[in-house]
Amino acid sequence: MERFLRIDRRFIFAIITVAVIISLILQFELPVPESEPVRRIYEKVESLPKGSHIMIAFDYDPSSKEELQPMAIAFLHHCFSRDLKVIGMTHYTGASGLAEQAMNLVAKEYQKKYGEDYVFLGYKPGGASLIINMGENLYSAFPKDFYGNDTTTLPALQDIDSLRNIDYLLDIAAGTTIETWLVYGKEKYKFELGAGCTAVMGPDMYPFLQSKQLNGLLGGLKGAAEYEALINKKSFAVSGMRPQSVVHMLIILFVIFGNVVYFASRRTRHA
Amino acid sequence: MPFTSHSFGIILGAGLTLAIYSFLYQDNPAFKIAENLYVGVSLGYTIIITWFNFLKPDLYDPLIVPVFSKAATKEPQYALLIPSLLGIFMLLRFSKSLSWLSRWTFAFVVGLGAGISIPRVISAFILQQIKPSLQPVFSGSETIFSSIDTLLILLGVISVLIYFIFSVEHKGAIGKLSKIGIWFLMISFGASFGYTVMARVSLLIGRIQFLLKDWLGILQ
Amino acid sequence: MNFFKRTIPLLIAFVMGVLMAMQYYVPHKLSQDLLEIVTRWDRIIAGFAVFIGAYSLFHLHWTRIKRRVEGWGYSVFVYFGAIITLIFGLINGGKFFWNDKQDGTMFDWFYYYIQVPAGATIFSILAFFIASAAYRTFRARTRESTVLLIAAILVMLGRVPIGNYISQYIPAVADWIMAVPNLAAKRGILLGVSLGAIATSLKIIFGIERSYLGGGD
Repeated sequence: MERFLRIDRRFIFAIITVAVIISLILQFELPVPESEPVRRIYEKVESLPKGSHIMIAFDYDPSSKEELQPMAIAFLHHCFSRDLKVIGMTHYTGASGLAEQAMNLVAKEYQKKYGEDYVFLGYKPGGASLIINMGENLYSAFPKDFYGNDTTTLPALQDIDSLRNIDYLLDIAAGTTIETWLVYGKEKYKFELGAGCTAVMGPDMYPFLQSKQLNGLLGGLKGAAEYEALINKKSFAVSGMRPQSVVHMLIILFVIFGNVVYFASRRTRHA
Repeated sequence: MPFTSHSFGIILGAGLTLAIYSFLYQDNPAFKIAENLYVGVSLGYTIIITWFNFLKPDLYDPLIVPVFSKAATKEPQYALLIPSLLGIFMLLRFSKSLSWLSRWTFAFVVGLGAGISIPRVISAFILQQIKPSLQPVFSGSETIFSSIDTLLILLGVISVLIYFIFSVEHKGAIGKLSKIGIWFLMISFGASFGYTVMARVSLLIGRIQFLLKDWLGILQ
Repeated sequence: MNFFKRTIPLLIAFVMGVLMAMQYYVPHKLSQDLLEIVTRWDRIIAGFAVFIGAYSLFHLHWTRIKRRVEGWGYSVFVYFGAIITLIFGLINGGKFFWNDKQDGTMFDWFYYYIQVPAGATIFSILAFFIASAAYRTFRARTRESTVLLIAAILVMLGRVPIGNYISQYIPAVADWIMAVPNLAAKRGILLGVSLGAIATSLKIIFGIERSYLGGGD
């Protein structure tokens, strides 16, 4: 029995790879029912009148792109389809290109104009200090946008002085920025905050959901898939749920099989 | 597919993806080259973005340009010399004789961080987190289950906190409570493990979607 | 010299700490202006930290190349990648770096077709290792590890559509695990960590915690 526990791990790698490829190629439908924290973000966006200002913090880099970029794209679809003004920024140098790509791609689909309907403020270092700086004066924190335009001249930022004027802020995060936004931003400047995060961070966010410090949560690719389903724009995340289901089942089977073999071989050894 | 910089980029991206996955078979030069090239490009990207997004708009344009350009309409913001100097002091950490100057910068940053965090952490992480744990168990509209959940959360928070207090001996009632804390922690670690699996699998799915869709064109 | 090397930094930390903690409770215009100025300064200083990281990385790989340590040839690729990205970034599509950033240049191309695919792939490798580790090491040896294992399985099942097919109760149980025991444990940890962070902040302000000064006199 014990030889099962010593199998070449490359065998497991191969099974996982084949499972992902096959479940991506075979086009079977799986329902993606929305969960409460995801629906609350959707409903918040639905409730905002046209022209409201949404800020998206793209706080991730290529290492989390596969989980968070589909989320950002789905959320942008919703914002632009509702004619909301979108302001993008990031705490990560590595996020600038991904954020720019996502914003321009979705904006093009809805014929939104840069500067009028959306702006990308780009990257700034500072973390907590940057958030406080934005809370006191957005133009002191970002004198120029990503492309070097003077931010005071951009129509999309009209009526915005600081974070206090933002109608909704979604932090799409791969690190600890959600906590930073909570402590140094929302706590004092009182804007409504939602979060999208990698699944690794998902469980840590539940205390903030219950205390209503976060109005909603998109957790990992599953959260992105639920959002895609809600806005009826099924794409990468929804189709990713097929392999996600299959690989989860496989890993559970591995764990059960590993335990059965382990206990069986222990019993034989003791007998 | 006509040969464009985009299609060449996709082929390069796919090549790098496969080179990195070759590590799963065994460590090899292709993996190491891809990994080190990635580190180099990321480093270059970080420096250039820092220039365009931070140094240029925050220091070069408001401080340097008005001093040297006759066409500049705004006065130089001389106050920015203070943080610039502190920033340069920080870089002196690498100098043998002047590294002590970096202490001034670190003192400024650390002192400021400590000062701004105390009131905000108390408010956002302590008071606002204690509040929902102390909500009434019965106020009329709850089901019996939600009341039990409220009590369970209270028990969990207290027992986990007690588990982490090492200055009191974990004996008797305290010992029992700290044991309950361990059970809560174990369930939460299990949940975190499940979510970590989910995250890692999602990353893999994304890369295989890239290979099958963008590179090979098998998926629509 | 001790005054400049030790007393002044301790004084700066004390003054900044006390000033900024008190500032929070003073809603006057002057106090808000102060907050805006010092946070602006702080993020400018933070920007310089990028160069500390860059220097350390360049230095590490330069030492590897200079000393010809095993695998030094790979460090050449770090320099190659960095220098070529820096050159195209500075050329800025022919407009050069003293003008605003241009779009769609070779610099962007390196990002989209090297940094993005390589970065995303390196971290996705962990999917394979976590699957293999789950099979080889995830054992129900004790009561506690059995609870951990069962919670993990229920969450893994409850968070994907297939869980719904097996039983409608699985997602409900997973939701309950997340919203009750998980929440309680995470809140306990958060409260503990926050109290620790406040204690450390107070120690910094009052000069008890001095590790930020580094070594030496």
